[in-house]
Amino acid sequence: MLALPLSKNESMQIIKDKAIIEDTFTTLADDAEPTRGDISVSLSRWKRDRELLLAHPGKVGVRLQASDATADLADDLKRIDLIELDFADFADGRLFSHAWLLRGRYHYQGEIRATGHYLLDQIFYLSRVGVNAFKPAKAEQLASILANLHDFSVKYQPSIV
Amino acid sequence: MYQYNEQDQTLVEERAAQYRRQTEDFLKGELTEDQFRALRLRNGLYIQTHAPMLRIAVPYGLLNSKQLRKLAHIAREFDKGYCHFTTRQNVQFNWPELERVPDILDELASVQMHSIQTSGNCMRNTTSDPLAGVAIDELEDPRPYCEIIRQWTTLHPEFDYLPRKFKIAVSGAQLDRAATQLHDIGVHLVKNDQGETGFRILVGGGLGRTPVIGQVIRPFLDKQHLLSYLEAILRIYNLFGRRDNKYKARIKILVKETGLDKFSELVEAEWQQIKDGMELSDARIAAIKAHFTPPAYDTDAAQDQSLATQLSANPAFATWYKYNTAAHRVPGYRAAFISLKAPDSPPGDMTDTQLDAVADLADRYSFGQLRSTHRQNLILADIKQADLFSLWQALTNLKLATPNIGTVTDIICCPGLDFCSLANAGSIGVAKEINEALDDLDYVHDIGDVKINMSGCMNGCAHQSVGHIGILGVDKKGSEWYQITLGGSSENEAAIGERLGPAVARDEVTQAITTILDVYVKQRQEEESFLDMVKRVGITPFKERVYADH
Repeated sequence: MLALPLSKNESMQIIKDKAIIEDTFTTLADDAEPTRGDISVSLSRWKRDRELLLAHPGKVGVRLQASDATADLADDLKRIDLIELDFADFADGRLFSHAWLLRGRYHYQGEIRATGHYLLDQIFYLSRVGVNAFKPAKAEQLASILANLHDFSVKYQPSIV
Repeated sequence: MYQYNEQDQTLVEERAAQYRRQTEDFLKGELTEDQFRALRLRNGLYIQTHAPMLRIAVPYGLLNSKQLRKLAHIAREFDKGYCHFTTRQNVQFNWPELERVPDILDELASVQMHSIQTSGNCMRNTTSDPLAGVAIDELEDPRPYCEIIRQWTTLHPEFDYLPRKFKIAVSGAQLDRAATQLHDIGVHLVKNDQGETGFRILVGGGLGRTPVIGQVIRPFLDKQHLLSYLEAILRIYNLFGRRDNKYKARIKILVKETGLDKFSELVEAEWQQIKDGMELSDARIAAIKAHFTPPAYDTDAAQDQSLATQLSANPAFATWYKYNTAAHRVPGYRAAFISLKAPDSPPGDMTDTQLDAVADLADRYSFGQLRSTHRQNLILADIKQADLFSLWQALTNLKLATPNIGTVTDIICCPGLDFCSLANAGSIGVAKEINEALDDLDYVHDIGDVKINMSGCMNGCAHQSVGHIGILGVDKKGSEWYQITLGGSSENEAAIGERLGPAVARDEVTQAITTILDVYVKQRQEEESFLDMVKRVGITPFKERVYADH
């Protein structure tokens, strides 16, 4: 239930597309040197180091906070492999609209991953607005996350996927 | 009345199962207080002064007799034998145990009921006109659209964690009996110049600490676009509504700070991008409308002669008929109010015995259905005029026939300090005292249409700011004081009441109210209503008398 602190992580597992996979991304702080392999950076760092990051040999992901605007990324979405929706507070529902806009408005095809302080009981909703990957707070939550994806077998509204 | 299909039933059952798991996780310590709070609120469970309070959804105020009997059962088995009807047509239980709430939700699911989204910062139960479908001033029955909105709002994945609570009301009549101008979104069925029926959409109304009357954001919306337009408003609100201060988080503040023009532009731009492909089809509207076809009315109902005889023979019945029944669009039928404002009972409360008995009356006289109203009463909407006398007798025996609907003792009242952890002051006790002081029914009837609304705190659950007379309990250095406002209204000419003067002490409230009524009786012009007089003379004559001895 609790968030993982922003740090490098060693062979962390996540859920992606309803399966447990190894997380290949390293979360990069704004002042840290790029590491090898796949990295994810904040939106402000993306804006600052965009050219440099586009030349990065690994995959690049961008972390969005609730207060960020998805429109800022609209033109770059084809070059971004991962967008992390980073929950500072599970009650801040803006990230649900961000996910919807990324999929529904900007037709983003890459990975959208929920990270931080989201609730397991929000996973069903998150999956319905287009989030397809979930970073657990603790490794033992992986099974729960898979189960929470199926909290409801029925729904009233159209879904993203 | 809408009947669940398999999908609807599965949804409420899965929701109840989910909540059972959440409760277990909380009791095992796997959910923090904060996390569980958000989840339990979304299932209507508050933690109150004495015990949890569970709010149950009554979609647009429509109930059947089976559901009413289930509420009676829950009141007996899980509570202290009574329940409370709210201003948003819902039902509250004040004494359930947290551990047993999952069992209550299972009981509710068995009769197509639930408590989903009755609290928390999400889209709440959609409310409507309690005379929907039978009112003589109705353009079109609003309930099919309420049901379409109910389904759309239920477990909406994008809008369950809004900046603040969000309330929608729908009216299809000329007289607004659903306080639509005081909702986050108000929906009115209207006709355009071409004679087509559609919706006028209002936005940004609301009560609470900063009462605001909603403004028209779209004068006419084609029916097919209802959900896409609501979605556009909700998305703009979810993205831009303030989250830094809960007292500034309602959509009314966003509309005010952004300006209606700019806000409308944002909504319009969003709507243009989503409206195509989200249309409500005629077939879908027709399928929902099929749930609300009129019952099998007796075409000979108006032939009855007994009503006229009973009315002339029995003055008490005639008084009840005058105040507690309303015109019906079908000849020979009336809508009958069940007054939950008996002098010795807390406003809006009903016992399990009364619930069971009223369920029987609904079955016998009103096609097994009834409605809850914004003013915390019930309505049996389809009573044959020949049955009114027997119904009146039965209701009289149940203490549910006080002939005071729309009068000064038909007080809207929140649970106040007696039950609610938010309250600063008592309200039920004050209502009782006012009711006792106005025990002369002839005087009450002479005063006529005066709506008193009383809340025990700034949150304004009883909508005091739009009462003709509003009473607001405040805490002053540990004692209970009451601010009085005059001239508010939640109907067509919605208005926020004006403060009469400094708050009065607990033991002076009743005197202040009777003084205000006395000023009205002495200074009114012929046939002038209380509200009209306040509009004409302002608050000064009332103020002078109420504060004369201070």
